[in-house]
Amino acid sequence: MSATNTTPGASAAPLLPVLRFLQTYAVAVMIAALIVLLTILSDSFLTLQNLINILNQNAPLAIMASAMTLVIICGGFDLSVGAIFAVGGVVAAALALQVHPVAGLIAAPLVGMALGFVNGLTITALKIHSFLATLATGLVYRGIAILITGGTLIPVRLDAFTWLGRERIGPVYVAVLVLIAFAVILTVVLTRTTLGRKMFAVGGNEEASILSGIRTRRIKIIAFSINGFAAGLAAAIAVSRISLGQATAGTGMELEAIAAVIIGGTSIYGGQGAVWRSVAGVFMLALVNNGFNILNADPFYKDLTTGLIIVAAVAISASGRRN
Amino acid sequence: MDETVTYSHEAHGSGDEAAPCISLRGVSKSFSGVSVLRDIDIDFKAGEIHGLIGENGAGKSTVGKIVGGYYTRSGGALTVFGETVGHWDPPQALARGVAMMHQELQLVPDLTVAQNVFLGIETSRAGFLAGNEAARLAEIAAFAGFDLDPSARAGTLSIADQQKVEIMRALAREARVIVMDEPTSSLTHDEAERLHGVMTRLRDRGHTIIYVSHFLDHVLAVCDTVTVMRDGAIIRTGPAKDETKASLITAMIGRSAQDVAYPELPPEPRRSGTPLLSVHGLSTETGVRSADLALYPGEIVGLVGLVGSGRTEIVRAIFGADPALSGTVEIDGEPFDERSPHAAIARGLAMVPEDRRKQGLVLTQPVRANMTLPHLGRFARAGLIGKRDERGAVARLVDYFDVHPNQVDGQVVNYSGGNQQKVVMGKWILGDPQIIILDEPSRGVDIGARRRIHEFIGETARRGAGILLISSEIEEVMGLAHRAYTVSGGRVTGQFVPRETTVDKVIWRLFHEQDQQEAKKSA
Repeated sequence: MSATNTTPGASAAPLLPVLRFLQTYAVAVMIAALIVLLTILSDSFLTLQNLINILNQNAPLAIMASAMTLVIICGGFDLSVGAIFAVGGVVAAALALQVHPVAGLIAAPLVGMALGFVNGLTITALKIHSFLATLATGLVYRGIAILITGGTLIPVRLDAFTWLGRERIGPVYVAVLVLIAFAVILTVVLTRTTLGRKMFAVGGNEEASILSGIRTRRIKIIAFSINGFAAGLAAAIAVSRISLGQATAGTGMELEAIAAVIIGGTSIYGGQGAVWRSVAGVFMLALVNNGFNILNADPFYKDLTTGLIIVAAVAISASGRRN
Repeated sequence: MDETVTYSHEAHGSGDEAAPCISLRGVSKSFSGVSVLRDIDIDFKAGEIHGLIGENGAGKSTVGKIVGGYYTRSGGALTVFGETVGHWDPPQALARGVAMMHQELQLVPDLTVAQNVFLGIETSRAGFLAGNEAARLAEIAAFAGFDLDPSARAGTLSIADQQKVEIMRALAREARVIVMDEPTSSLTHDEAERLHGVMTRLRDRGHTIIYVSHFLDHVLAVCDTVTVMRDGAIIRTGPAKDETKASLITAMIGRSAQDVAYPELPPEPRRSGTPLLSVHGLSTETGVRSADLALYPGEIVGLVGLVGSGRTEIVRAIFGADPALSGTVEIDGEPFDERSPHAAIARGLAMVPEDRRKQGLVLTQPVRANMTLPHLGRFARAGLIGKRDERGAVARLVDYFDVHPNQVDGQVVNYSGGNQQKVVMGKWILGDPQIIILDEPSRGVDIGARRRIHEFIGETARRGAGILLISSEIEEVMGLAHRAYTVSGGRVTGQFVPRETTVDKVIWRLFHEQDQQEAKKSA
């Protein structure tokens, strides 16, 4: 990144394509640099097993970041997904014990979608900014999760429940397959469908979208519903993996998901972005984490490093907007 | 900062009364390639009220904003109190004693009168507010002859009183030049007269006031000097006592280069039978009052009125962009009651809005996505967009409107104003609409794009669509429309046939109606 400001006095014209490339592919460049760095510094980093593990561990967060991309492209924010993740997890665990393990796993995304739909309704009907609305609904959902568990943990030790989070099909974890399928579906929705086109339009210019006959409220409700669904799906994977439903699960995950979306290069102002970027953003954060672990680096510096990376990503994105 | 503030104003420099305090030489201004001021020279003398008049878009506000530092001039020299200045922004202008009062007042509604007046120049001791604003305010108020409660919240005051706060704000900063941009546009007749009294008083004490207005009577009543502008140039500057309303209007209208070549008018439509669009008694919260109008197939109908007359509000209500309080809209004789842009498009309406960047385009999206946005369903099967169909349709439109650069996936944010407007036009023609509303379709576009847009209006009427045309340039309506309505105070006040009258007569009529509205307001 230092390449951008090495020759301040020279004419900026030849550097412009470089800057533009960095703005577009900053996250990919940073991932490549980290992989090279970690490969040099550690023998145990560049193994297939390590990379697959990173992806598997972060599948729930990547699913949430993928869907958060849609909400942010629409010009919104969703601070309630951490709480939806908790509700999804405890519902899945409770139903697994009382009804059937598979029923629990299926119910989590559906409950998540219902809560996301409520978010969408709250934002569009009351005309509150999504930031504020989901801050409030997030507290409500967290409260619901606590009420469901009664404050206790719900352990589920059933093989039919844990396969989603732990099993593999061939060499690949089921959770990674779910992530790939989900990200591909969302990519198709965003880039190939009328719904996706309208999401970009609503986030890019809401007034022009309304005057173009787009029912913008409907589009926002759909985006928040998909986001709720994703949080529930992520919860199903996570709760199945640890076999334990708990009301405090997912605390802070909403911010991690938003950070990953922004590191990926999706515009925080709406109207621009892509799903692959957010998955890459999650991977990037995970690599930093993994690097600290395998290098035995002082974990006290981990948050600091992550924060600096987010600042750098936002700065690059903001400079692109000024141009 | 405990020096005593005085409000005496000796003439600057030597005793020469006529020395200009502000001079513009060869000043020009353009916005994204469109020139709005061309190489103008103008002097504002110390101790005069100097009126700037002209039609919409003549450049009078632009001059005011350049003096106030709100616009950066594209070229030319600005001299302030004998000193040629380089970069010029509002803080610098204030520091040199030049203040600007905007059309939209810029007070903080939750602060008091005193807090607003001293905002940013509060006296403090060791960082704590000294709280002696009341005394200073009394001094300024006495000077200006105002009687306002210093502890009243600005947001609770009338517009006229808020303007007084703005004036005191300028005086508190020791401004010797005050630019007022359309200060009387929201005032009643009596309030405007009182404001004129204040302006005269300030002038008598040596202040200079630059008065931008489209109310000719107001300008004639209070100004010492008047400058008439047209098409970004100065027509003449002279003593106000030598001018009459008639002489000013004649100078304002002139003969602009733009009204010469209009395409041939499409054949006269048949006005028997069911109108394409008919509107009865339409009223809205946005100020439309019982508007009636009709539009027939193949007809081009203009809506003319001064700024703020309610032209845009009428068409927005028809299109469903703003809710109506009462009234009916019929399309082809069928009621159109559940109005929304979505429903309007389904019924064959299209509306090119007045602000293409804010209302017409999604600037983060390319040309293709912008053009097909209202009609995505046409290109989709089960929600999936057929890329080949979409690209084909957009390519044809880019050709038809001669959009430059002629790329289907061009980044519209980088296009010139004229080409952006062509993209907005293309977006709407794609739906093959029967009723097309055009709100300021050629504002701020270059000559080439303007001609293409005019041709398009004719072509579309020839194939049977009806067109409602709003333009601040009356010449444009005169050159393009079969028939036109006059709009004033949110009402449709009458209609005329452009070919049977002249631009001058129409403008006379609009100013006359404005006077009547004023008379009603003060009654």
